[in-house]
Amino acid sequence: MGNKVIKKYLTELLSKDKREDGRTLDSYRDIKIEVNPIIRANGSAKVTIGKTEVLVGVKLDVGEPFPDTPNQGVLISNAELLPLASPKFESGPPRPPAIELARVVDRGIRESKMIDLEKLCIKEKEKVWMVFIDIYPLNDDGNLFDASALGALIALKNAKMPKYDEKEEKVIYEELTKEYLPLTEEPVLCTFYKIGSSIFLDANKKEENEIDCRISIAVTKKNTIAAMQKGEFGTFTEKEINSLIEKAIQKSKELRKFIK
Amino acid sequence: MGGTSTEKLVIKNKRLDGRKLNEMRKLSIKAGIIPNADGSAELALGETKVIAAVYGPREVLPKHLQKQDRAYLECIYDMASFSTPERNRPGPSRRSVEISKVITEGLAPAIFLEKYPKTKIDIYLEITNANAGTRCAAMTAAAVALADAGIEMRDLVASIASGKVDGQLALDLAQKEDNFGEADVPIAVMPRTKEITLLQMDGDLTKEELQKIIQMNLKACDEIYKVQKQALKNSYKGASKNGE
Repeated sequence: MGNKVIKKYLTELLSKDKREDGRTLDSYRDIKIEVNPIIRANGSAKVTIGKTEVLVGVKLDVGEPFPDTPNQGVLISNAELLPLASPKFESGPPRPPAIELARVVDRGIRESKMIDLEKLCIKEKEKVWMVFIDIYPLNDDGNLFDASALGALIALKNAKMPKYDEKEEKVIYEELTKEYLPLTEEPVLCTFYKIGSSIFLDANKKEENEIDCRISIAVTKKNTIAAMQKGEFGTFTEKEINSLIEKAIQKSKELRKFIK
Repeated sequence: MGGTSTEKLVIKNKRLDGRKLNEMRKLSIKAGIIPNADGSAELALGETKVIAAVYGPREVLPKHLQKQDRAYLECIYDMASFSTPERNRPGPSRRSVEISKVITEGLAPAIFLEKYPKTKIDIYLEITNANAGTRCAAMTAAAVALADAGIEMRDLVASIASGKVDGQLALDLAQKEDNFGEADVPIAVMPRTKEITLLQMDGDLTKEELQKIIQMNLKACDEIYKVQKQALKNSYKGASKNGE
């Protein structure tokens, strides 16, 4: 990662509040949403931010609850950085960047209590609904965090429960009911990127390759914070963090308009 | 977070372990405990216990990971199988992989990596007894182990996790407070310049609460910094006595 010439160029450009694609520091690229493009999934979404494209699918199944939460459904999030999405991705088991991406998206959903997991209990200690969120970037042009989180949120919102045969205790995967997942929140993730002393939103890949650090902030509908994660080798000051918390709350309102 | 408990965690401003809301658990650090390592440290934060060992700068293997202009840094955070109430399956988990990543990124700003090109610095962090705050304890110990290894650094890194318990903000969460509390915010900082090198959060907090917790954490890190420096001084005292 990193190219000294490009980094110097971007640092100077950003310090003048400018970006190569003409955006301001706090604006996103064009955002497009496609709801339920995958028929087989219980819910799905394709999110496009500029040239970044992410496909998120939600699948539901029935399984055993965790012993410490016997009356709650199970949420499992995963991200696959497919080699088709970037020359830098390799096939094989998830590496730290994929695991971090999935866990940051998961944390916002879990900690905001977006899914009412208690309503997903079928029989205490024995059978609960399991919600699988699978994130597949299709083209990585930066800011996979925000695109994936938005995709997961919309896929969950549009996910329908499959039919459950109580006598046979079996899921009939092919038959979807009209029932949606029981949801209570809508966490929106805003990731800020830092190069030099400039902080900006929605880095494209060229910018992301040169960042010193980033911070992702998940904001709930009631404007509280549900999750945060700082990443990469640089540092933030307390003053910067405090102002970014405020900015994330403001920006989340704008991103909410894309929720379908 | 996410768990449910009927037990009160804070009664009359006192916590289950008798601490006040703004009171840290007892912290002790000892540097230079593993003879084979280039640097090491042992840390206890209440019942949370960590051993940190630094190997390097040394040859990078496999070779293609070698960086021409700086050292390749890798931290491995691991929980011993017996460190948790229920046995923890040995080996990496998704949780430990993520923690290893953020710890690496949280220690890197403090190290002059550019002074050690084409080498690798390995930091191994083993949690031997877990009672919450393990990633922070591990980073605090790692910073001392790095200094003990004689690796050139901009500053030490001090780290602590605070949060919200029974509706009140509390410093340095213990296990039940972490499991059943409303929020957890781990932070790491270079105390001299106050640059934040690690920041995570989960739970539910207002902007004001979050800002207050960050402030609380930073203040506590100044205290941790003193213990870290003392641990390093103590290890040198020991060394001169033994005529090393």
